[in-house]
Amino acid sequence: MNPVDIQSIVDKHNHNRGGLIGMLQEIQARYSYLPKEALSIVAERTNHSLVDIYGVATFYKSFSLTPRGRHLCSVCLGTACHVRGAPVIAEEFERQLGIKAGQTTKDKEFTLETVNCLGACALGPIVVVDGHYFSNVNTAKVGKILQKTRSGLDKVEVRTDKRIFPVEVSCSRCNHSLMDQEYLIDGHPSIRVTASFGRKHGWLRLSSLYGSHNVESEYEVPEEEIVHFFCPHCHAELAGASECAECGAPMVSMIVKDGGIVQICSRRGCVGHMLDLSGANA
Amino acid sequence: MIKLTINGLGVSVEEGTTILEAAKFLGIPIPTLCHKEGLSPYGACRLCVVEIGEGERARLVSSCTYPAEEGLKVRTASSRVLRARKMILELYLASCPQSKTIQDLAAAHNVRQQRFRQEFEDCIMCGLCVRMCKEQMMAGAIGFRGRGQDRSIGTPFDVKSEECRLCGGCMFICPACQLRCTYTEPEKAICGACANLSPPCIEKEQFDDMMCYMDPCVACEIKED
Repeated sequence: MNPVDIQSIVDKHNHNRGGLIGMLQEIQARYSYLPKEALSIVAERTNHSLVDIYGVATFYKSFSLTPRGRHLCSVCLGTACHVRGAPVIAEEFERQLGIKAGQTTKDKEFTLETVNCLGACALGPIVVVDGHYFSNVNTAKVGKILQKTRSGLDKVEVRTDKRIFPVEVSCSRCNHSLMDQEYLIDGHPSIRVTASFGRKHGWLRLSSLYGSHNVESEYEVPEEEIVHFFCPHCHAELAGASECAECGAPMVSMIVKDGGIVQICSRRGCVGHMLDLSGANA
Repeated sequence: MIKLTINGLGVSVEEGTTILEAAKFLGIPIPTLCHKEGLSPYGACRLCVVEIGEGERARLVSSCTYPAEEGLKVRTASSRVLRARKMILELYLASCPQSKTIQDLAAAHNVRQQRFRQEFEDCIMCGLCVRMCKEQMMAGAIGFRGRGQDRSIGTPFDVKSEECRLCGGCMFICPACQLRCTYTEPEKAICGACANLSPPCIEKEQFDDMMCYMDPCVACEIKED
């Protein structure tokens, strides 16, 4: 944990009283839990006593004071899911992971929690793993969900998954196409940009499939590193105006061919992205 | 000035005065538990309920937090109010039967039975100690943690707080916690200084420097199983 990081997060939200939740959310997004030292820094810089901050952190269920696993499994025990057998599913998760609800496995891979409603009652019983919803779950599906999570949920099956589709993008300044027809990623033309981080400067190719996070680059980009993206034609930085909702890093923006813009997070390993097709006719 | 009537008696008070203060001005007694002068009103214990409004629109409010309104008609001892108070006291007896304060209040209100599952809690979540610590002692060492049935009062992370000066104010003001003394776990202890001339806990070795404000402190004897 880096105290300077925490301080900058605190200072970003510190202009009003209601900023506390935002701070805690951002710290939790960064470290996956709220470290004790971080809470002390927040208390000190907001002029609150530590117990006030601690009270808020323990009040909300989405905050955790112990380190969470890499994957978060939420089993819904809301009324609709409950009557369709959710408790049995929660027990099955507990049995297969060898932990109780609210705990984290020893290898820090899974955190299991039960929630009271996820708002998708018609699809129940619902299980959410890392933001991916699994509907009509039964005990037989539990093993498959865990297996799929272990092999990587973000690895999308290009042919079968209907949620992903290829986009064609261009530079938001010179409007030159960024597509590289020769170099294929996921079987589709890739997006070629110039990437710069630290003292390294070289090409980087992104998958053009919206929803796929596959990247290839000249230099290996370390995890968590914020990368600056440049247009290879006019050398302007592809900077977006906003910040990533997941991690707070600056967003990179590109124009989508049929109108609209796509924004991706500039932090390596973060999967924050948004697609705004408001300008499109289709 | 705002004019209101309490039990039929007219009174005019300044804006911002609570019903409880107005009643006190008239000499009308309203029982309180979580209200203390010098601490901000909190409205947690509900013992100070009074009935306001008329007919179908009459309702119960906590008088310690309800500001006086122009033309307000207040009844401090209607049958509905008394019923509510008795029920509240009965519930307190169910959770904290060993508290002298609650026993006295229950006796004064003629509560003669307790129909609920008997518990032996040492906290009624009135927040007096939290407010005492923050507002009078300027420390902010203890506060509420968690929520719902897991809500509890204590220090962050359950370790001795750096802000705590062991003043004992929390123990002094607590209406329920003759059991709050934590002599069995000195590392978590809140209590620190004692007016008791021969506290039994001192004889325990790990409590060499421990003292206690509860007078008479019986916690050590009760907890000794």
